[in-house]
Amino acid sequence: MIPPTFDYIRPSSIEEAVSALSQAGEDAKVLAGGQSLMPLLRLRLAYPDALIDLDRVESLRQIRSENGDLFIGAMATHHQVVRDPLVLEHAPLIAKATATVADPAVRHRGTFGGSLAHADPAGDLPAVALALDAVFVVRSVRGDREIPAADFFVDWMTSAMEPDELLIGVRVPKLGPGWGAHYEKFHRTAQAWAIVGVACAVRRERGAIEDARVALTNMGPAPVRATEVERFIEGRSVSENSFRAASERAAEGTEPPGDLHGSPEYRTHLARVLTARALTAAAAV
Amino acid sequence: MPRIRVEVDGVTYEDDVEPRLLLVHYLRDRLGKVGTPIGCDTTNCGACTVLFDGMSVKSCSVLAVQADGRGITTVEGLGTDGTNHPMQRAFHEEHALQCGFCTPGMILASIDLLRENADPSEEEIREGLEGNLCRCTGYQNIVRAVRKAADEMRQPAQSEVAP
Repeated sequence: MIPPTFDYIRPSSIEEAVSALSQAGEDAKVLAGGQSLMPLLRLRLAYPDALIDLDRVESLRQIRSENGDLFIGAMATHHQVVRDPLVLEHAPLIAKATATVADPAVRHRGTFGGSLAHADPAGDLPAVALALDAVFVVRSVRGDREIPAADFFVDWMTSAMEPDELLIGVRVPKLGPGWGAHYEKFHRTAQAWAIVGVACAVRRERGAIEDARVALTNMGPAPVRATEVERFIEGRSVSENSFRAASERAAEGTEPPGDLHGSPEYRTHLARVLTARALTAAAAV
Repeated sequence: MPRIRVEVDGVTYEDDVEPRLLLVHYLRDRLGKVGTPIGCDTTNCGACTVLFDGMSVKSCSVLAVQADGRGITTVEGLGTDGTNHPMQRAFHEEHALQCGFCTPGMILASIDLLRENADPSEEEIREGLEGNLCRCTGYQNIVRAVRKAADEMRQPAQSEVAP
């Protein structure tokens, strides 16, 4: 199908983009990689007045170390993230999860920031950002603002960004030695959207789990931390039994949706099974 | 209306395009490159895959205006002087198509796959082509064709070997 009409704005710097966004008003959309937005336009599920295309804002594609953290520019493509030496070294969970996003052609255009700002409950990266305690850096003509991942994902496809705010990038605290990470998801073969996904990072010390972060994809309108799992597993030995007991708590406090891919009961079951797998894989450091 | 300058299959075109015009519609309706089919409209099937500055993209999910200043390769730009690209030849020889609808996308995605991994395993081929759906379910022969093309493309062509 043919998308609705819109004004097209192609800034070449962050400043131009922010200023265009402020002038364009509430009904403008930012076009990042377009791999979610273009289908929405074609299916006429979105009718923006204007598209502000970030494709030529090269400075938004940088991935760098910054004050001890990893900073991933909003327009870094999935293809870029999966291969980036800094990401592989300091945030392997991001690389692992990103490799499961869609397919190679989509990963060539799709972006890290675009996926996060889209806030699709079935998207993989929101839960990963939540598990890693990432911080979202957003900019508007009013200045910069930092939003912790725990506050960024508000509801179904809704983030805490104001309409005039642009996601510049995401700051990710580096995981030091002793940490292991894994992303486990269940999906249909022909589509990579998670029916349920589990992002997990654990720190092992002397045969025990000292620190655990577990976040769930598609177990509610926004990603959620499996806090009961984290609380249970911390301080316990690295063993199949403790992982199984912890994962029994995976669905506590969640509101899994029911749709043609699975009922809430099925998702609850999946969350438990996948959490046990993710813990096991992550703890194998 | 924005004006774009884009190289498609080695030829440079300059055109005024409506911002909402999809790259696949530009290729088919304006340039007559109907070798690039439209499959699903949901960015799922990969039938409309083309190379965008050498990398595979689904041309239904890119605006024509975004191709301004870029180079596009469609299935029609493969091969030279009437000879087929080794990937096209392998698809032909291994009978890697039945209805043929997915074939242009499969061929371009396969070329992109070999650009990154010149010697992929069967598993890597299946994963590399996960964004391209064949509803005749001819995957067996497609995977075999990509393996064959990989072998061939890693060998220097006979004619190029110095006597």
